[in-house]
Amino acid sequence: MPTTQSLYGRRLTGYAIATAIVLSVSIALAFFYAPIEVDQGFSQKIFYIHVPLAIVTLGGFVFGGIFGIQYLRSGDSRHDLRSYTAIHQGLIFCIGALITGSIWAKAAWGQWWVWDEPTLVSFLIVFLLYCTYQPLRFSIEDPERQARYAAVFAVVAGVFVPVNFIAVRLASPLIHPRVLDSSGGSLPNDMRIAFYSALLGVTLLFITICKYEMASKHSRAQLAALRRSLSGERDEPVSARTAAPRIAVK
Amino acid sequence: MASTEPAVVCSGLVRRYGERRALDGIDLTLGQGQTLVVFGPNGAGKTTLLRVLATLLRPSDGEASLLGSDLRKEGWKVRSQIGFLGHQSLCYGDLTARENLRYHARLHGVEDPAARIEALLEQTGLSDRGDERVFGYSRGMLQRLAICRAVLHEPQLLLLDEPRSNLDPAAVEQVEPLIGAAAGRTRVIASHDPAGGLAEADLVLGLRDGATILLEPAEQVTTEQIGELYR
Amino acid sequence: MSTTRPPSTLSAARAVLYKELTLERRAPQTLTAMALFCASTFVIFHFALGRNEVEGAIASGVLWVTLTLAALLGIGRSFVADREEGGLDGFLLAPAPRTALLVAKATTLLIFLLIVGFFASVIFSVLLLGPTPKASQWASLALLILLADLGIALVGTLIAGIAIQTRARDLITSILALPLLIPLLIAVTKASEPLLSVGGGTLAWRWLALLGLYDLIFGLLAYALFDYLVED
Repeated sequence: MPTTQSLYGRRLTGYAIATAIVLSVSIALAFFYAPIEVDQGFSQKIFYIHVPLAIVTLGGFVFGGIFGIQYLRSGDSRHDLRSYTAIHQGLIFCIGALITGSIWAKAAWGQWWVWDEPTLVSFLIVFLLYCTYQPLRFSIEDPERQARYAAVFAVVAGVFVPVNFIAVRLASPLIHPRVLDSSGGSLPNDMRIAFYSALLGVTLLFITICKYEMASKHSRAQLAALRRSLSGERDEPVSARTAAPRIAVK
Repeated sequence: MASTEPAVVCSGLVRRYGERRALDGIDLTLGQGQTLVVFGPNGAGKTTLLRVLATLLRPSDGEASLLGSDLRKEGWKVRSQIGFLGHQSLCYGDLTARENLRYHARLHGVEDPAARIEALLEQTGLSDRGDERVFGYSRGMLQRLAICRAVLHEPQLLLLDEPRSNLDPAAVEQVEPLIGAAAGRTRVIASHDPAGGLAEADLVLGLRDGATILLEPAEQVTTEQIGELYR
Repeated sequence: MSTTRPPSTLSAARAVLYKELTLERRAPQTLTAMALFCASTFVIFHFALGRNEVEGAIASGVLWVTLTLAALLGIGRSFVADREEGGLDGFLLAPAPRTALLVAKATTLLIFLLIVGFFASVIFSVLLLGPTPKASQWASLALLILLADLGIALVGTLIAGIAIQTRARDLITSILALPLLIPLLIAVTKASEPLLSVGGGTLAWRWLALLGLYDLIFGLLAYALFDYLVED
């Protein structure tokens, strides 16, 4: 009998509740506790969601690459599922970071897009690269090969990210004074508390969504397996066209 | 020691494509110098079995070893001992027969390749057209060239997928010393020809949907039993 | 009885390289296509930009966009001959190190790119380039082309190895290669800009360093990961 449900669904509720609480608190802190920034005014509040989104995106891509290496070393399809989920959700968070960044650019400099903000430009390039992850998976039918090639991509792309940041940074004139360091190191104390709680909230959100996606993929695979065993079929169709990792149900 | 070792051992050998099992738990042992003939309808797993034994596909589960080397861990060790003949010639159309063989000889590290290549071309009646591009070859000539390629490095173990397809009776006789019983090599042959296959077999394996239906010494198998596989 | 000894990486790579170059000499499809593509693209740029002569950043951009897109053609063709009639299996059956295939394929691509790079630079300087670079600037440009082509060849071979097993081979090649090559293109276009300017300029070392870093990192990646692409 399939029993993996407990593995992936476990603690999902706990994570969801923690995420809701921390995110609510951090929104409250950002709006009511942290002071209005002197230069940029109220629009600077988007910083508390934009920067955490960007950091968590990079974290997701890094973990996608690490799970990719683990998949290549072990051939264990659970690592493939983890790598897939981290990159998939990382891409969605990346869209969030790009949109919030664009809104911030409009508020701060009056334009929806600024080419001389190297971090934003780097994110666009990284986004374009990771956009090819799904089409790549989709175009390989054999699930084992799909997982292996996706892992190779995850490793290459993971290494690409810092190289790309260096290149874009070197090419930028750096005319905008960086009032707000993205690490939060130069922030006043009250802003820093709001920022770190937002970072924690977004990280928890990322983990919760990833766990949810993996649990959902698992239950779907189990359902399909049960259906097949009811109808007496032994095998899955040879090559279902899908970009999602195949899950072996015991 | 090497002489007493079986040439091929499979136990619980499984190869999956996704969830589909192209090979579903094959168990067999083949002694050195013996011939195993594999029968089965299209899609039964004959080609997959040969490709797994040729180290072109990794086993998904179970064990397989050739000449005492585990295929999963030490596949590279046995490559120089395997001669594989598949459905494709593995030769480049824009190269001549001699260039193709020279290329494969270099990849296999054959010493004194020129003499070996000339002997093989002579044997298969291709020497006159050995400087022509393979592009213009007939299917029969291509098959003879592919056989030259497969035995180029004097492998101990031959993996042959319908080796006599596209060959006329004269050509079959030409290649007999290379891939026939007289070559004295261990052979695994996938065949569609019950009578001919049975005649050269020491051991018969019948596959259907990747599973073993029949595994008997050849003298205990009748042509009817093999015909039954295809029904 | 002839005997065999498994070949070294170098000798196997030389066998594959010789085979690749013979194939291209017999049926020179890839090189001619890449060269023709470059010439046509320059003509298109003449009309699209509405200029008879370009210099500086525009010249650098036109040259490198053209060379990059031409490189995509070469990358896309890299393993095609091996797919037909199972040449890849032929290599995998041999007791040769897998790295030899990467080395040979990347070298083949590098040779093609250098030939096309030379051809395109000459055509470009005749058709579109305004200023006349000095000999030292041509030498700097040659160094840039060498470093950039090395990076393109390494990344391109990795991508070709991925794309050959996919259904939509051409699409995958392009969408993967372009973003991956962006850092390299940033470096090489910025570095070429002063060389193609009126009055001329010199090569900035930081771009050379970035190109070298890119080549090194992706060379190591290709070396570490290529086995996973060809083995099954």
